[in-house]
Amino acid sequence: MSIIVEPSPSSFEGHPESDAHIPGAHQPASMYVKIALILAVLTALETSTYYIDFGWLAVPLLIVLMVIKFVTVVSYFMHLKFDNRLFSWMFYAGVILAVCVYCAALATFEFFMSP
Amino acid sequence: MAEIDTPLSQPAPGEEVAESAADWLAADEAVPAMPDAYVGDHQGGHVIDAGDTTATEPDRGHALEHFHTSTGLSNNKLAMWLFLGSECLLFGGLIATYMLYRGRHSGSPGPAQIYDIPFTSVSSFVLLMSSLTMVLAVSAAQARDDRSTKIWLTVTALLGATFVGGQVYEFTSFYHEGLGFTTSLFSSSFYTLTGFHGVHVTVGIIMLLSVALILSRSKVPGDKAEVIELVGLYWHFVDIVWIVIFTLVYLIPS
Repeated sequence: MSIIVEPSPSSFEGHPESDAHIPGAHQPASMYVKIALILAVLTALETSTYYIDFGWLAVPLLIVLMVIKFVTVVSYFMHLKFDNRLFSWMFYAGVILAVCVYCAALATFEFFMSP
Repeated sequence: MAEIDTPLSQPAPGEEVAESAADWLAADEAVPAMPDAYVGDHQGGHVIDAGDTTATEPDRGHALEHFHTSTGLSNNKLAMWLFLGSECLLFGGLIATYMLYRGRHSGSPGPAQIYDIPFTSVSSFVLLMSSLTMVLAVSAAQARDDRSTKIWLTVTALLGATFVGGQVYEFTSFYHEGLGFTTSLFSSSFYTLTGFHGVHVTVGIIMLLSVALILSRSKVPGDKAEVIELVGLYWHFVDIVWIVIFTLVYLIPS
């Protein structure tokens, strides 16, 4: 004898596929292609500093281009711009700490290792 | 309507079936909203709070996301971002070490003598384009297009393999030019930094191919889109680390 019942929620085994909403993932593919093209142009600009002498401007220019590329990938490709701010805090805390590690190491060698 | 036919559902001798059925139905009515909102990830406690219980099944994929966690966010995603934040510290330490030691190569080849900027630029471009294919894979997964997802994941893995192949070629040519791992402080810090990054890319390729393989067998645990998004986050991370390495290590003159 069997009893036919509507299964309770805890008896579900399967998953309706891909129901999770990924913030920002609904952007059109053309937008991602445009961003990739911008990143490619920025990379070409970076590489040009190897061939063209920008003088004192080279290092600041490279740093700025690096930061723009970094933030663009994180914001749009990793969808951090569209996602919960807690994720941004967690990630950028790591980035800022990493920069602090670099500054601390540099300062240590500058102050204690210089003749 | 599903049919459950197990020994537990069998009534004991003499027990009234109608009473048991009524209990089942009463229990079912006690949680009227759950079947509509439930998605089914038991481990992650993943549910979608559609807000509108009249929403159709496809519409729920676009509904506001909510998880049964203390933060209301996916624990898996939270763990991945925490992991990536800690990875920043790892690479921050390695980059800092390289920047401090890049001038310590007396009598042995230095950055200016061995770096092949045009070649590394092409490698960087390849890795950058792999980020594009990865985000397209995530979009395809969100759209429940398994075929496109598998294609983009495989293309991403191939681009990653091209990058790693370029790195192996670069290391080999540097070694033949007299730059071994212990040749100088510069070489040690350079190989450690770029080697760690190469290992991360290799792990990413393994993850991409594994997910593509599991996807083709339809055995992805939990929600497919989230699994692919997590792999994508890791992949984009190795890309942004290379963005920093390419500038600080290769392009900024020592």
